[in-house]
Amino acid sequence: MKNINKFIGAAAVVLMLAAPAFAWNFPWAQKAANKLSTQGSTTVLPIAQAEAEAFMKLNKEADVTVSGGGSGVGIAALIDGSADIANSSRPIKAKEIVLAKTKGVNPVGTIIANDGIAVIVNNGNKVMELSLEQLKSIYSGEITKWSQIGGTGDAIVVVSRDSASGTFEVFNELVLKGAKLRTDSLMMASNKEIAGTVAKTPGAIGYVGLGYLSSDSKALKVAGVVPSDATVLNGTYKLARPLFMYTNGEPQGLAKDLIDFIVSADGQKTVKETGFVAIK
Amino acid sequence: MPTHTGMRKNLIERMLPIIASVSMLFLLGIAFTLVFTSLPVFKSVSLQGFLFGSEWIPTAETPSLGIWSLMVASFYVTFGAILFALPLGLGSALYTAEIASPKVKEVIKPVMEILAGIPSVVFGFFGIVFVAPIVQKAFHLDTGLCGFTAAIILGLMAIPTVASISEDAISAISKDLRNASYALGANRWETIINAVLPAAKTGIFTSIILGVSRALGETMTVLMVAGGAIKIPTGLFVPMRPMTAAIAGEMGEAVVGSPHYHALFAMGLVLFVINIIFNLIADQFQKGKRNV
Repeated sequence: MKNINKFIGAAAVVLMLAAPAFAWNFPWAQKAANKLSTQGSTTVLPIAQAEAEAFMKLNKEADVTVSGGGSGVGIAALIDGSADIANSSRPIKAKEIVLAKTKGVNPVGTIIANDGIAVIVNNGNKVMELSLEQLKSIYSGEITKWSQIGGTGDAIVVVSRDSASGTFEVFNELVLKGAKLRTDSLMMASNKEIAGTVAKTPGAIGYVGLGYLSSDSKALKVAGVVPSDATVLNGTYKLARPLFMYTNGEPQGLAKDLIDFIVSADGQKTVKETGFVAIK
Repeated sequence: MPTHTGMRKNLIERMLPIIASVSMLFLLGIAFTLVFTSLPVFKSVSLQGFLFGSEWIPTAETPSLGIWSLMVASFYVTFGAILFALPLGLGSALYTAEIASPKVKEVIKPVMEILAGIPSVVFGFFGIVFVAPIVQKAFHLDTGLCGFTAAIILGLMAIPTVASISEDAISAISKDLRNASYALGANRWETIINAVLPAAKTGIFTSIILGVSRALGETMTVLMVAGGAIKIPTGLFVPMRPMTAAIAGEMGEAVVGSPHYHALFAMGLVLFVINIIFNLIADQFQKGKRNV
């Protein structure tokens, strides 16, 4: 009995000590004018990181932090005020806009780069090209063997990004168009894992951002078009999407400086160097 | 008359329960957060539909939020992991406690500790690069990223838990018991099987249950090697998506406040409850042992 009283007393003391902490504005959490935080899509992450580094070289005062977490996390961070810029590989959702408005936040998006999604297969695969309909049939499970589409016998191992990722959402929209993904497809947490799995699995098919293409796997023509910077820019390659940075209202101050830098010729050079497609 | 050191000792003694209660507070905080963030999911799905619904398509226009396939996957990889960890862990415990010379013991124990200290992402990487291709070739599978590979790696990770707790239990058996067994004419093997193992069984059960908790809660490895398919698994050799992998893989992209987001927290709550149950069972075993 005595021990329990002691414990309750101790817990009360901790609570009393801890309570004011929730009310304080910690001095080290105060925002400085030269600090900027960006958060969101892991697809945008390599661009944002390279751009932030280049930007900070030019502006010694600026302190830009970049973190990932995913498009949804970035937009949530923008809405609750913990990030100044949300990086997103998809347009903001209607639901998110509604949530933002209730908190007095007005998300405004700027296109900072383009991303093409390449369909890749194992290097040993004879298939060179697929139509959008064939892709849809493969990913929805109507076609299950390579021999059905001009390849050799092996069963098709469908590899996809996690259904919650921005890349999946775009693929879902551009390829599946409402059809349900094969339930036994492998779900990978990153572009790199997809590329690695396809490179090691003879019957695999996957999709990755153009920036993740390498000689370890083979990129297919989609609807007769080779995925490349040029075909994404001129609109002939169908599996492409814009990448966004969202700010609260039109970009201002340091956020405006950073975004202006990214869309400038120098910034777009960095975009290309990180494996993405420039906006013009 | 209180001396200076006496007062200080007194102060420290008073501080200790406060410090101890901090971790208690964190546990309560986590439990409350889990419960309150989980509950809104039941606006979109019934408890039964959530636990036993067979479809997990959280990002569709009207999301399907049934976690049955994920729970079955968790069960498969955990059960598979114990099939690996139990013989290997118990075997090495018996060896170190009963047979090995002190010198050998000095080697095995630190090796076990290193095995326990390897980050799970390293295990996952090892699984992708090394184990999965072997499993694929050996069993003629379409892909090596499946429940079986995850079970092997999780089993490896659970071995130190099973081995060290079993070994403590076996070492704690008194010498008298062994001597009595030898006196009855039993050889070393018969003594281990008929006297030592039965006497240490509560400790061994405890080690299994803690090994199960370890495998069930492991995240990074299963996210990397289990394959992630959302179909209800029909065996160990197909790609599957255990609950922890779903939470880790999807939380980053779930819209905060959406049914998907709450469903992931509810899944966390399910894991939390299962783990508490396992810990309570392990505790019961421990108590039972003390009463003997």
